[in-house]
Amino acid sequence: MSDLVFKPAHQLVELLRSGEITSVELTQAFLDRINKLNPAVNAYLHVSAESALATAADVDRRRAAGEKLPALAGLPIAVKDNLTTTDAPTTSGSKILEGWVPQYDSTVVAKLRAEMMPILGKTNLDEFAMGSSTEYSAFGPTGNPWALERIPGGSGGGSAAAVAGFLAPIAIGSDTGGSIRYPASMTGTVGIKPTYGAVSRYGLIALASSLDQIGPVSRNVVDSALLQDVIQGHDPHDSTSLPNDLGSMVEAAKKGSIKGLRVGVIKQLQGEGFQPGVLARFNESIELLKAAGAEIVEVDCPSFEYAIAAYYLILPAEASSNLAKFDSVRFGLRVTPEGNPTIERVMAATREAGFGPEVKRRIILGTYALSSGYYDAYYGSAQKVRTLIQRDFAKAFEAADVLVSPTAPTTAFKIGEKNEDPIAMYLNDVATIPANLAGIPGISLPIGTADEDGLPVGIQFLAPAMQDSRLYHVGAALESALEAKWGKTMMDFAPSLEALASEVK
Amino acid sequence: MSEITPDLVRHLAGLARIQVTDEEVSRFAEQISLIVDSVATVKAAVQGDVPATSHPIPMANVFREDVVEPSLSQQQALSGAPDSADGRFRVHAILDEE
Repeated sequence: MSDLVFKPAHQLVELLRSGEITSVELTQAFLDRINKLNPAVNAYLHVSAESALATAADVDRRRAAGEKLPALAGLPIAVKDNLTTTDAPTTSGSKILEGWVPQYDSTVVAKLRAEMMPILGKTNLDEFAMGSSTEYSAFGPTGNPWALERIPGGSGGGSAAAVAGFLAPIAIGSDTGGSIRYPASMTGTVGIKPTYGAVSRYGLIALASSLDQIGPVSRNVVDSALLQDVIQGHDPHDSTSLPNDLGSMVEAAKKGSIKGLRVGVIKQLQGEGFQPGVLARFNESIELLKAAGAEIVEVDCPSFEYAIAAYYLILPAEASSNLAKFDSVRFGLRVTPEGNPTIERVMAATREAGFGPEVKRRIILGTYALSSGYYDAYYGSAQKVRTLIQRDFAKAFEAADVLVSPTAPTTAFKIGEKNEDPIAMYLNDVATIPANLAGIPGISLPIGTADEDGLPVGIQFLAPAMQDSRLYHVGAALESALEAKWGKTMMDFAPSLEALASEVK
Repeated sequence: MSEITPDLVRHLAGLARIQVTDEEVSRFAEQISLIVDSVATVKAAVQGDVPATSHPIPMANVFREDVVEPSLSQQQALSGAPDSADGRFRVHAILDEE
């Protein structure tokens, strides 16, 4: 098998540009590996071999003819299956959309096509992105490439596993409460949730519209920076799209020294409930930041205590409304009960058959939170908590340029361990949710493995809204300090996926 | 314990147009009760006059020129529909015959 698949995206881009490799050769190498290993991982729900190779051949032809091509032309990519694509089914991990081929491309996919990136396929997710383990996908769970019997995190477990397993050099995810950052932490990869509105949501199947954000997934910081530079920017098709220019993330990642950078450790996101191996790696990283010249301060965010509670009212409320569109009329499944049923009964039967248990739970909970008589007490209070969390962040960012915490309280748990216990599942996102409630950007990057289980640990940095560049700056600095200390990269700690997959067989 | 009874689950599922089995009703009542109990802490979180935030980044309303732009054709719009006829979505009866 070609060694090309193990190279980082920024190196592949250089090899493509210089003509040392062709895009067809590279794309085929990933398709071969997907073919061989995806059955064991289930990272992809759909593989678009034909269209990926067609894009690759087009790039090669144009490059040979001396045309000036976009920066990432020819670099293959994986896309989470909640972004619409006209040439591949888009299911959002749900039976209700099984086989649906949209009539329009999401803006992000259109940008990838304009960049001439071959799209390898669509990646697995918890149904409608509701979950933190990818176990709630209607099409089976995804395995973690570090240990296939464990979860890769969620909801974007497919994109994270594809990148961690070298089944894609880079991928697109979406993050509503941690769905990019939490899987990054579980799989030893990098994931960024940009500022709310920095990347267009047009064509992203909405979960909670005031929280959702699309972002990059990669194996190192600069690769994500390359991708954010391609996908960010204003889009008139998304009314919440920011008009601001956030600058170049690649430049930020290459900035270097963090001397004098004020890093605020969030008091509420450490200690009790966090696994010892997670805290050990976290504290080591704080020491590395200090040694690199950063100024470490502690910041107090007392309202974070209520973040999960507020999130699990706001999200189901918005989701119950967004998912009303799945009504058996315009697209997707229709189940017709016996006899001569009314449309209401057809809808109810369709949604019974088409939605999985977590989606039903959240729709029912959201319907409750929005009911008159309960609205003020639940949804209204949750929206006020959102204000308090924003105030906590505003105060913390007076004392610090970036904030820091572990991305997740624990390393990856076993598939099946929590899927009948919604509350235990919800606690996975304790550190990632506050950023979504406040609309600010966050990054998770790998900082080694926990001593007790050898599984990846992630660190999270948060920055003020529109200051995404700070995340790439500090992230790249910590990454290079860690690599200097280890004498290798994070993925060099990972077991061989071929070996794990053959054990499964 | 919260007020999420099996009857309430059945009622809410009806409002949300989801048919539910008896087994689902009792399981969801139990699980959603636990969730509601744990999220109810928001009620005590806010003291005094705090404005609500519906949207994380302050934004103004967005307008565009009132001109026709490209959109899906009728055929495209109907292409994913479970059933259609004469250029329209076809559905079951809206009203019960009784």
